[in-house]
Amino acid sequence: MKVLVPVKRVLDYNVKVRVRADGSGVDLANVKMGMNPFDEIAVEEAMRLKEAGVVSEVVAVSCGVAASAEVLRTAMAIGADRGILVQSDADLQPLAVARLLKAVCDREGPALVICGKQAIDDDANQTGQMLAALLGWSQATFASKVTIADGQATVVREVDGGLETLAVRLPAVITTDLRLNEPRYATLPNIMKAKKKPLDTLDPAGLGVDVSQRLITLKVVEPAKRSAGILVSDVAQLLEKLKNEAKVI
Amino acid sequence: MAILLIAEHDNQSLKAATLNTLGAARRLEGEIHVLVAGAGCAAAGQAAAQFEGVAKVLLCDAPQYAERGAENLAELVRGLAANYSHVLVPASAEGKNLLPRVAALCGMAQVSDVVGIESADIFVRPIYAGNALATVKSIDPIKFLSIRTTAFEAVGVAGTAVAVETIAAGPELGLCKLVGRELTRSERPELGAAKIIVSGGRGLGSGDNYRRVLEPLADKLGAALGASRAAVDAGFVPNDFQVGQTGKIVAPQLYLAVGISGAIQHLAGMKDSRVIVAINKDPDAPIFQVADYGLVADLFEAAPALTQAI
Repeated sequence: MKVLVPVKRVLDYNVKVRVRADGSGVDLANVKMGMNPFDEIAVEEAMRLKEAGVVSEVVAVSCGVAASAEVLRTAMAIGADRGILVQSDADLQPLAVARLLKAVCDREGPALVICGKQAIDDDANQTGQMLAALLGWSQATFASKVTIADGQATVVREVDGGLETLAVRLPAVITTDLRLNEPRYATLPNIMKAKKKPLDTLDPAGLGVDVSQRLITLKVVEPAKRSAGILVSDVAQLLEKLKNEAKVI
Repeated sequence: MAILLIAEHDNQSLKAATLNTLGAARRLEGEIHVLVAGAGCAAAGQAAAQFEGVAKVLLCDAPQYAERGAENLAELVRGLAANYSHVLVPASAEGKNLLPRVAALCGMAQVSDVVGIESADIFVRPIYAGNALATVKSIDPIKFLSIRTTAFEAVGVAGTAVAVETIAAGPELGLCKLVGRELTRSERPELGAAKIIVSGGRGLGSGDNYRRVLEPLADKLGAALGASRAAVDAGFVPNDFQVGQTGKIVAPQLYLAVGISGAIQHLAGMKDSRVIVAINKDPDAPIFQVADYGLVADLFEAAPALTQAI
């Protein structure tokens, strides 16, 4: 069984976000970029399924600029067998990415796609669900446990108020939540090996996908800062402030 | 054109998040139709008909919606969407699961986590864990919006009830089956709807400490209990307690952060609270930069003392 894992190149999660003064967006010039953390969890899960003998091949796919090849190398260093870069300089929005991934699925025929539940840049939380819709597959989002057997996936999902367990028929799209697993670190030998793994480059036109924007960003601003309040000296003063000043209790 | 709102409910009544989403829908022009889909959900349909701003309730009562899976619901909504200018859901686990599937079936974009409505096609939404706010214009004929419920006021009950129209069900696709639910049972208010939240972090040290120190305080205040990601990852409390960018986004009247350092991703989930109180022994903890009232103290002394004093 083949698994496809989409990975996105985003601003490294440790880097402080700076909004450009002209309101045109977030400053990404000369800052560290890396794989979206939820996608790392997705690659790790695919590897665990491969190590368990459930999965035969793990294919990482990234849609974006040429430098997205770096996150494909990272995925291959974790263990993915090969990479596919769908190269485009356009601002790829979730629907466009879902359409590109559908086209790649049509060529590759995976039985399972494991995606991060959201990317930490646009925080859209859409691509996996959209891909499942376009493919007509079932979806199991926000997964915290995945078991595959007999042509179906049993997925524990994190929902409001607790957990839910779904049995979904394969092929399916699963999106990962934080607690699904803890991704391994790529070792140096594996990083070296990843450089020799095959990486194909495709483009949206070749896949017959229109990636034009449906959402136009008019401006990006910093949110209003919350100012620090006061330090109180003890519990009695805190309670007095909450009762008489803030009037919340 | 009218606005379609997909209600979240428990078959008897609407969930609080739906009432805030109704508040957002009222910022748009057009009459609001509320879809109540479920199995045995007639009471929820009647309940929906009572709220301010609702022009009509569409009731779809069929077994394939009992488990509220996205696959069957999305097919149903796809069939309705063409009659509407906007389709809204709360940005809850259920809404996030469902709406992108509907939008993609319609071949259109979605705007996630809307916190501001500037016009019929211009919306404000947070990006980068709330570190930036983007204003976006949607050029698609139907706007699919998931609503950040803390950004909009809940609507109240109107004087009279509107009509409930029963609509035909969509297909049962048979793609997925609910095996079980493990919902955290609690007598306390729901995190998303609570007026006061008592939230604990790594500083509590263990699940036992969390319960021993925070539960009495929450009970005294009639508060919901929350936690930072660190506390959830350490296994002190279940995942659905998590407040933060990847957990729940909350905005209560009072947020009491106990032993929480204030990582950016946690702040993203609670910084819109009206009053924030931080109790932490580290005076340099980032939580103090957003707290209205900070108390630098050992939480194991301060929290019980506060419980006593209230």
